[in-house]
Amino acid sequence: MAETREKLLEVQDLQVTFGNKRHPFTAVDGVSFDIYKGETFGLVGESGSGKTTIGRAIIRVNPVSGGTVKYQGEVISGKVSRETDRRIIKNIQMIFQDPMASLNERAKVDYIVSEGLYALGEHLSEEARQEKVSQALADVGLLPEFASRFPHEFSGGQRQRIGIARALIMEPQFIIADEPISALDVSIRAQVLNLMSRLQKERGLTYLFIAHDLSVVRFISDRIGVIYKGKLMELAGSEQLFAHPLHPYTRALLSAIPMPDPESERKKQLVVYDPTQHGYTEDDPPLWEELEPGHFVRGSRRELEGYRKVLGQ
Amino acid sequence: MPNENAILSFEELEIRFTLRGQVLNAIRGISLDVMQGESLAIVGESGSGKSVFTKSAMGLLDANGAITGGHIWYGGKDLAQFKTEKEWLTIRGKEIAMVMQDPMTSLNPLKTIGDQITEAVLLHQGLKGEAARKAAMDALAAVGIDEPERRYRQYPHEFSGGMRQRVVIAIAVACRPKVLICDEPTTALDVTIQAQILDLIKALQKKLDLTTIYITHDLGVVANVADRIAVMYAGDIVEVGRCEEVFYDPKHPYTWALLSSLPQLGVKGQDLYSIQGTPPNLFYEVHGDAFAPRNPQALNIDFVERPPFFQVSPTHKARTWLLDPRAPKVEPPEHIRQLRQKGGYPHG
Repeated sequence: MAETREKLLEVQDLQVTFGNKRHPFTAVDGVSFDIYKGETFGLVGESGSGKTTIGRAIIRVNPVSGGTVKYQGEVISGKVSRETDRRIIKNIQMIFQDPMASLNERAKVDYIVSEGLYALGEHLSEEARQEKVSQALADVGLLPEFASRFPHEFSGGQRQRIGIARALIMEPQFIIADEPISALDVSIRAQVLNLMSRLQKERGLTYLFIAHDLSVVRFISDRIGVIYKGKLMELAGSEQLFAHPLHPYTRALLSAIPMPDPESERKKQLVVYDPTQHGYTEDDPPLWEELEPGHFVRGSRRELEGYRKVLGQ
Repeated sequence: MPNENAILSFEELEIRFTLRGQVLNAIRGISLDVMQGESLAIVGESGSGKSVFTKSAMGLLDANGAITGGHIWYGGKDLAQFKTEKEWLTIRGKEIAMVMQDPMTSLNPLKTIGDQITEAVLLHQGLKGEAARKAAMDALAAVGIDEPERRYRQYPHEFSGGMRQRVVIAIAVACRPKVLICDEPTTALDVTIQAQILDLIKALQKKLDLTTIYITHDLGVVANVADRIAVMYAGDIVEVGRCEEVFYDPKHPYTWALLSSLPQLGVKGQDLYSIQGTPPNLFYEVHGDAFAPRNPQALNIDFVERPPFFQVSPTHKARTWLLDPRAPKVEPPEHIRQLRQKGGYPHG
């Protein structure tokens, strides 16, 4: 079924390296996944796992050192033509983690929201621009009057809405949301999550949702990729992943989710992941294989055999 | 007068801050007993005053803040009357210690880990030279840091986030305090590390016979560590009870709202329950129940008169008019009722 859906974004063998030639550091290594149109793809990992780097590489903030990123079948990594560049800027937008830090404190909301329009050099009349800003603010549930205020006058949840409005004004198809709710309070998180899913329904948006909190990712994502030290460990539909976690790292992550339930917290058994447990050798290197439709796992041939048995049961 | 089993007791505590000539009522008359040996979790959103509340017991209020009423009883003394730094030093660190949220910022980046622990030992235990060094090493080993001799000479940047938080805990317990306040101890850490740190604090609590107070907004952490829970909203405690009572049979509308907005309870494709509006501005006086403006089912009296505490069970009480015998019957939201029936959350 999945094959019939349109692939919006294809990431193949993505590699991102930082540092210089003498001290290279590979933050992302051999990551491949597709994102289908209209879905929410969740990327989960610990801090330092490279999940943010992947998002930034897609939006071309971090240069790619290997592999390709294709958007609607067109390669957008590496050197691209000016037209493609402009098209990507318009179509792919990002929502950042900390709304306190990601909004320019010295600019009014009006400018913050319409900055993307200025950057593309679209010659809009002042009236048309103001119209667009009010519309974007209304879309995220803010009043048009807020355009003349500064970011410090808003609460965390409202600021994150401004961040979303800033992305929406470009009328993107694809939004990369990098930990959009981790800096927010519990009661505000639900508001922002609801807003994001409403916008998705109304506009057919596609999301890449980057987060460390599996319970949130499960709620919002259709499919989830689990990343550890720059490599994908497992990729599956979100219910599939929760029902049959195969990779030991996924199991460790799932076991550590804090549940708001004293009963289950008491029974909780932590699984600790030891990256040396695989015993990969040159003869038996880790492979990336699809074990059941849409369920990919990384493992050696021996491990994959074991995973197949687990699935067979 | 304080309860005799309480190690730390807050009585009608009021704290005010002065900001640009305006007065902010950060804590509005809180009474709470912290029992000997228990682990108490204070839950609330940012700005609810949970940090200010506990900081007041260590004399760590900012210069523009002051205790304007009430008492803090500890060991027969009223900490609210303390004026000088000298008085506070007999309590702070020695009797009541604190673990802060972010281990990146609570350690000094220019001093070695060993020096920072030794500093605490020198100050409070009166040990010197080799004895102090030995005590510091023991403290490092006690929090599960391997090779304490090598780690002793290292700087904070050579430690990972989880290890740094272990060091902060080692410093906090190095002086054998009786009460340990953990202010969002795991918020800055990854989930897998988070569970380990909570286990460590629980183990130390048992070993050293500590009383712990957790301050957090993460209900998952609360469910893991707490014996008792106090829910804070807008500078006041609205519900107190044993862990199971608050999770499975909450009474205050704010607790209902807080629990139902968790994504763990959400059904995919449906909207999450969300609390409308924002917390009240504490620069203005709050009339009635502070949560009433955000509560769709608020009663008329909620806007007029502040509700008293109603006792639900000997260990469970809530500040809401809904518990008054004259109040109309208001059922908690669907999720909460289901919880009560199932006696737990959906799993798997």
